[in-house]
Amino acid sequence: MKPVVFTYARYGLGIFLLLCCAATWAMVGVPELSRRVTDLTGTLNAEQVSSLENKLAAFEAQKGSQIAVLIVPTTQPKDIAEFGIEVADLWQIGRKGVDDGVILIVAKDDRKMRLEVGYGLEGVIPDAVAKRVIAETITPRFQQGDFLGGIDAGVTQLMKLIEGEALPSPTENSGEKLSETSFMFILIGGLIAGLALSVVMGRFMGGMLAGLGSGMVAALVMGLAFSAALFIGLMVFFIVGVRSTGGRGWSSGGGFGGSSGGGSWGGGGGRFGGGGASGSW
Amino acid sequence: MFKKLIVLCMMIFLPGCGYNTLQSGDENVKAAWAEVLNQYQRRADLVPNLVNVVKGYAAHEKDVLTEVTEARAKVGSIQATPELVDDEQAFQKFIAAQGQMTSAISRLLAVAENYPQLKADGLFRDLQAQLEGTENRITVARNRFIAAVKEYNVTVRSFPTNLTAMMFGHKAKPSFTVENEQAISKPPMVDFGAPAPAGGR
Repeated sequence: MKPVVFTYARYGLGIFLLLCCAATWAMVGVPELSRRVTDLTGTLNAEQVSSLENKLAAFEAQKGSQIAVLIVPTTQPKDIAEFGIEVADLWQIGRKGVDDGVILIVAKDDRKMRLEVGYGLEGVIPDAVAKRVIAETITPRFQQGDFLGGIDAGVTQLMKLIEGEALPSPTENSGEKLSETSFMFILIGGLIAGLALSVVMGRFMGGMLAGLGSGMVAALVMGLAFSAALFIGLMVFFIVGVRSTGGRGWSSGGGFGGSSGGGSWGGGGGRFGGGGASGSW
Repeated sequence: MFKKLIVLCMMIFLPGCGYNTLQSGDENVKAAWAEVLNQYQRRADLVPNLVNVVKGYAAHEKDVLTEVTEARAKVGSIQATPELVDDEQAFQKFIAAQGQMTSAISRLLAVAENYPQLKADGLFRDLQAQLEGTENRITVARNRFIAAVKEYNVTVRSFPTNLTAMMFGHKAKPSFTVENEQAISKPPMVDFGAPAPAGGR
């Protein structure tokens, strides 16, 4: 009996140690990205965070470039530049292929900050300019303890700089391609689901349900235009319910997990190569 | 008939032997190396401008200036080609030259600290920021190169892919080591007795 207990105790200890590792890792590791402004120090209140976020969101909607702000107490034992590229690699701010992301990292207790600039913006925000944004715009405000003002002014200046660059417009690059693929995706998915349903509850009912379902999915989940959603729904209904000729044993149901957007925000796949600048105040 | 059979066998077995992994690993290493070269080149391009600006304010700091210029010339004389990764000796020579350049630049910047007017010069500050950024890019590029080489070398050395690698002549590639190994292994010297070189008034 005793060895068994002993083994359990060992497992328990092992799991405990693992948890400890995970906890310490989480402390020095890169925080998870869920929103545009991540403040782990409680420097900004909720209202200030959301107003900054709205500003960044509006800019992304208009220009397509993503800007993120991260405030941490410290980056120790890492250097802020090393920490910065880790954050950049993990978060992948900016659009894929355009690489137009910027991350402002503030290590409050270290009194250090860093701008990570994505590959696509290195032309419009070269290192010397990034350094100037830090030294001339952000640092004086931070020295007076005005963190919100410093971040806000810095971000505003970055936006102005990015404005001057001819980047693909936000809809042109991602939007159309996405809606085109999701259109086909839902149509085919709806047809398969409809055929499966029609086996169970008859052609007409199955077609109607699948048509309604795929139309709803198209409009609500994928965010397609109403006319496109209506078109998908009707197509599925007619093909499955009215004109269906092949009612053979289609057993494979739909079952694709929809990509959950759920209000959380993420990077678009932008790449970074260590461009930008660091500074302290 | 036999030829067809052999081709079929190869089609089936080569991917399983890691032939494709080797190829993509090789390509990744090359791409990462190209980025390293790119960033070193960027630094080399900045150096003449830096030297000129410093000359304007501190022309008599000849030692440091010539050191940087010589390091720059040496770096320029080495043909930095993508094939360097496959040649261990040339690779080490290249790394050594770049290492010399790194220390020469940092010495020049340290000397510049003693000249307030130089430090206030806008062009110098921009160049300094660009150099800083480039050094950081070099670090990033080197780390990515190290990771790519590690992945490739693991494939080359582990069984059974090592057999495929041997058959097609893929060898393990050299990577970066700690550059200033000797400097790190020496204990630091602290000397409070020596007079300050400059700045004391």
